[in-house]
Amino acid sequence: MAETADKKVTNTRQPMPEQDPKVRARNFLEVPTGYTMKMAQEEAARCLQCKKPGCVSGCPVGVDIPGFIDLIAHGDMTGAIRNLWTKNALPAVCGRVCPQEIQCEGKCIVGKKGEPVAIGNLERFCADYEREHGTGELPPKAAPTGKKVAVVGSGPSGLTVAGDLITKGHDVTIFEAFHKPGGVLVYGIPEFRLPKAIVAQEVNFLARLGVNVQCNAVVGRTVSLDELLEEGYDAIYVGVGAGLPRFMNIPGENLVGILSANEYLTRANLMKAYLYPKVDTPIPIGKNVVVLGAGNVAMDSARTAMRLGAESVKIVYRRSREEMPARKAEIHHAEEEGIELFLLTNPTKYLGDKDGRLTGMECLRMELGEPDASGRRRPVAIKGSEFEIACDLCIVAVGSGANPLLTSETPDMQLNKWGNIVADPKTGKTTKKAVWAGGDIVTGAATVILAMGAGRDAANSMHEYLTLGW
Amino acid sequence: MFKIVKREEMAEGTVILNEIDAPLIAKKAKPGQFVILKANEEGERIPLTMADTDPVKGTITIIYMVVGKSTALFRDLKVGDSYQDVIGPLGKATHLEKVGKVACVGGGTGVAVLHPITRGLKQVGNDVLCIIGARNKGLLMMEEQMKAASNDLRVCTDDGSYGHHGFVTDVLKEALQAGDIKLVVAIGPVPMMKAVSNLTKEFNVETIVSLNPIMVDGTGMCGGCRVSIGGETKFACVDGPEFDGHKVDYDELILRLRAYQEDEKKCLQDYCTIRDAK
Repeated sequence: MAETADKKVTNTRQPMPEQDPKVRARNFLEVPTGYTMKMAQEEAARCLQCKKPGCVSGCPVGVDIPGFIDLIAHGDMTGAIRNLWTKNALPAVCGRVCPQEIQCEGKCIVGKKGEPVAIGNLERFCADYEREHGTGELPPKAAPTGKKVAVVGSGPSGLTVAGDLITKGHDVTIFEAFHKPGGVLVYGIPEFRLPKAIVAQEVNFLARLGVNVQCNAVVGRTVSLDELLEEGYDAIYVGVGAGLPRFMNIPGENLVGILSANEYLTRANLMKAYLYPKVDTPIPIGKNVVVLGAGNVAMDSARTAMRLGAESVKIVYRRSREEMPARKAEIHHAEEEGIELFLLTNPTKYLGDKDGRLTGMECLRMELGEPDASGRRRPVAIKGSEFEIACDLCIVAVGSGANPLLTSETPDMQLNKWGNIVADPKTGKTTKKAVWAGGDIVTGAATVILAMGAGRDAANSMHEYLTLGW
Repeated sequence: MFKIVKREEMAEGTVILNEIDAPLIAKKAKPGQFVILKANEEGERIPLTMADTDPVKGTITIIYMVVGKSTALFRDLKVGDSYQDVIGPLGKATHLEKVGKVACVGGGTGVAVLHPITRGLKQVGNDVLCIIGARNKGLLMMEEQMKAASNDLRVCTDDGSYGHHGFVTDVLKEALQAGDIKLVVAIGPVPMMKAVSNLTKEFNVETIVSLNPIMVDGTGMCGGCRVSIGGETKFACVDGPEFDGHKVDYDELILRLRAYQEDEKKCLQDYCTIRDAK
């Protein structure tokens, strides 16, 4: 605590300006509007510049947090973004979507007595400043090694691997199945949390560094891993995510008006259906919408439905508020925007009309019993508590599993019983020679920054393999 | 970008053939597989099963009927124009095996999809009876190609303007009564595939159909294309598009295909209004 002794620190952070909840609930503009330079510098001044910074240990990609904050405090924005880029190719994304409260900010010493330094907001400010004022100065790149690397999937982990390996001098090509790169950053996370222009900018940063991005390439169908190796790629990173939607498996699930969150959000975000009919992809507009699940994907779906003009949006979750996996800030945002939480409620059956359209669902009230294997109290149905919720649109956000499209075409790569790729937890090395994997396809659905951390570890291991040849 | 190298208007000008430069897809594609196409930046992703591929030339062929805005947009592309995105090959390939006598039944633009499968079944040594149908003579497609791809071709029109006056199921029923058909492949409008499946069930003859539900990504990540097969939910884009015709819940598929009916009508109307104003 010696570091804090002779420095006065305000206990509260610079608040982030936000759109008014009533206004923003009906538009797709970003909710937080970002710091001004003055706000950023005042916030940066709250950092104690610890000798042994806890915040850095809390960051899965090890950003030099006191370093870039100090540069902001001194008004050196070029220096600050260069500093960030050495550890993180996606600062505009991470500043927005990382759960900082359990990572860097959770370890900030200022947070012991007051609010921690707003590291995420500052990272975001830095990246946005660079995008708007563009110094155009790219970080240094090592001399070409002559080695070719294929990265399968352009989500957060793939982009991190590509960024790391291109700066280490390797020739990197990303293969993306969709027509736009970014993975969950473009199809999953909505515009009002992460504007797509920002994702495009971060991908473009990698392209400027020399990464080749090939869209419309479905590895497993258009080309296989073995064909990539035969074509002369020296190493492959598989970061295809957890793109297989789970459903509840209850009667009536195929009625019109029931969509997986993946489909709903892909239509809204990737296909920009919220602009329909200016674009051609339609999206069902619900008057009374129910979202099943309580993770970040559920919050994103509910908030999207509200913005598309729903009269009511309910989040139906079988456990209580305590167990909701979404970030507290997202739950707070959703409630501010008028979304209702139906907790301790479990749907048992969908109801439809003669045209096969959804009209409602039957639910049971739940109570919490003894803790289960996951340590969370198990929800138990209350007998005779059946009731109906009327709805014309239901979005199922109860999680996603491993998509077998690529792995089923790669029989010599070991999978676990859930279909996830078995990879060394430290290096990401799979059981197949010259192939690494990381992110949700290894861990199951997790967070953007954990996928990036996995990418960082794999990139280091791949670099060793490519240069030392073990 | 995926350039159109050849374009033909078939069947009364509402059915269009596009041969598209897509060497990676042409190299890998097998009968029964499909692609997803998107015309331009604002366009939607549309699935179409390939009617042919030329791995040497590096091209794939699609044939589609103009039924809505996206297909109208495709129709307005000329030779030399490009599709912004073509993704594939997607779905499982047809299982081609010698079983003896096979009946390939096609209706409408389903005939285009049936073409490479019919050819494939003949190539592996089957005796292929091909039955194709359309509402009238003007809408009948690929008669010559289907003749070449099969051992015996029968043609039907609903209005009797050409060939047998009546449905493909009439001709199929006669063939089934003869007793030696081991496998039926039926591709066309959902009511036709349903009728064929009901018929072949009576004769206990294995039947394969190719389903056409609404799709978005085509890679198994959204479940928009889910269908009920023998009471189990399957994703047509990765588990299909071909399924056992006797296990498909056709009524559910028909209802699900209507999910965006109103939007589709409006979208096409707006497109025609804007285009005609130009």
